[in-house]
Amino acid sequence: MPDAIVAEGLVKRYGDVVALDGMGLTVPEGSVFGLLGPNGAGKTTTVRILTTLLRPDAGHATVAGFDVVRDADRLRAHIGVSGQYAAVDDHLTGAENLEMVGRLHHLGTRRSRERARELLDRFDLTGAADRPVRGYSGGMRRRLDLAGALVAGPPVLFLDEPTTGLDPRARIGLWKVIAELVAGGTTVLLTTQYLEEADRLADRIAVVDHGRVIALGTADELKDQVGGDRIQLSVTSTASLESAARTLAPLAAGDMRIDAAALRLTIPVAGGAAALTEALGRLAAERITVRDAGLRRPTLDDVFLSLTGQRADEKTEEIA
Amino acid sequence: MNTLRLAVADGVTITKRNALKIRRAPDLLGGVVMLPIVFVLLFTYVFGSMISLPGMSYAEYMLPGIFVMTITTSAQITGYTLTQDLQKGIFDRFRTLPMSPSAVLTGQTLSDLIMNVTSIVTMTLVGLLVGWRVHTSPLEALLGFLMLLLFAYAFSWVTATVALALRTPEVFNNVATLVSLPLVFLSNAFVDSARLPGPLRPIAEWNPVSTLVQAARELFGNTSPAVPAPAAWPLRHAVPVSLLWSVLLLAVFVPLATRLYKRAVSR
Ligand SMILES: Nc1ncnc2c1ncn2[C@@H]1O[C@H](COP(=O)(O)OP(=O)(O)OP(=O)(O)O)[C@@H](O)[C@H]1O
Ligand SMILES: [Mg+2]
Repeated sequence: MPDAIVAEGLVKRYGDVVALDGMGLTVPEGSVFGLLGPNGAGKTTTVRILTTLLRPDAGHATVAGFDVVRDADRLRAHIGVSGQYAAVDDHLTGAENLEMVGRLHHLGTRRSRERARELLDRFDLTGAADRPVRGYSGGMRRRLDLAGALVAGPPVLFLDEPTTGLDPRARIGLWKVIAELVAGGTTVLLTTQYLEEADRLADRIAVVDHGRVIALGTADELKDQVGGDRIQLSVTSTASLESAARTLAPLAAGDMRIDAAALRLTIPVAGGAAALTEALGRLAAERITVRDAGLRRPTLDDVFLSLTGQRADEKTEEIA
Repeated sequence: MNTLRLAVADGVTITKRNALKIRRAPDLLGGVVMLPIVFVLLFTYVFGSMISLPGMSYAEYMLPGIFVMTITTSAQITGYTLTQDLQKGIFDRFRTLPMSPSAVLTGQTLSDLIMNVTSIVTMTLVGLLVGWRVHTSPLEALLGFLMLLLFAYAFSWVTATVALALRTPEVFNNVATLVSLPLVFLSNAFVDSARLPGPLRPIAEWNPVSTLVQAARELFGNTSPAVPAPAAWPLRHAVPVSLLWSVLLLAVFVPLATRLYKRAVSR
């Protein structure tokens, strides 16, 4: 299958800040590609370059066969974009916003109007269609912006943190829309900070940090990189958290994670279910009360931890 | 040819968008209708009561100046709106669409031209109420209005350029006021430039605002033998020089604003 998006060695600097540092990715047609990374990793910068909003300082990229710099004008007819911040017009109504986008795609007045109504319906905005966007809630603006990306039915779709600000219902609705589009052959590149979301939506995931890809693969491949299962258990007091950590240290096949606030331990182990039995036995012998315990596959959060030495959310706090 | 057709179509789409915005934003429309009324009444009654001109009413002397002052003020709406849009991200949407890149600016300036037509009509009506009259042929008067609008349109592109360079509404407002006040008051709009002292006089005489005001006075026939025609070269050829100024501003600032627009939105 041909590749809908190819980027190689993208570099973008803002003064001393290196936003992208050799970013590269390849997305086959008709698949969903997830860019996963903490704040400031370079996700938005990548999307802005691929959607012709920004010129790279070095490297090159093609989308739908068009060079993002040289063929920018022709490329724009083939992409749909929903950026991190909703690009909607406050003074226009929802319907007028979408009609305007349709006309600027040169769909003609009638087709633009039909398309606007279809999309408002699809994103649950029919009731608010004729109200100025100024009065929309954050999630409604977001949905309108997403609808704006779909007006021309583009073959390649870029969604920068599409579900941020959406309630659970709207989020699941969007997941469904994306699944339908991909079934119809659309290529989607999306960014997310929700590990669960990348896991659920993306065929392939690139973990991004400091402006470059630090790991690439399907969710399962990434998890395999981090090795076996995890024992996760929580205890009833700080004191027992410490003694549990000491007691179970010999079983750990990698770095143990201690969450003091949640009184929770996460321990990578080699032996699967047998290791869990062993661990519970040792804790019982030490008379440590366990509130709950279980075995789970590594999450993308674990992937992030083992790749960067930091958890994605710790990193977020550091920057904020 | 096809590119041109699309550019026009896109320009019309953006003009419509801005027209809708004006309708929904009463503050904008209020400014365009109320400000001219206040200007006309304030200037003709306050100054008119203190200054008497031989052979003509003060309103007749004054109104061309008020026309020009109002359109240079209204043209700043172009720049102000652009800085606001820049901060809101709607330009990100435009920039990813297969539309003509010039359409955003032509659409903006054209819709502001519509606003300027509104404010000129308002001023004309209020002017007629306070005693302003046209003493020339309808054709000359029409030429006078067209010349004012052409200058207003050209000046919109100037404020667009300044706005795209400065980028924030607050900074733009400060700079615009700082520039437009001397531009209007260091001219013959409200005083006879020949009577200004020392270095102010040549500045006022070569100020494009003076030229435009003089041209409007001539085309509307708001002159009087008792107020002698100015001697400075641009004022003696006010109509052609005004047209030249407008064309020059367009020739410089249309490409400049377009370049800055492309740069401003691709950061
Ligand atoms: N216009 C800009 N001027 C200066 N620095 C910038 C600019 N845009 C981005 N950066 C920097 O580039 C880096 C990458 O930013 P980017 O927005 O791509 O991150 P991100 O992965 O999208 O983060 P987030 O999850 O917070 O959206 C950051 O360090 C950011 O501070
Ligand atoms: Mg971002």
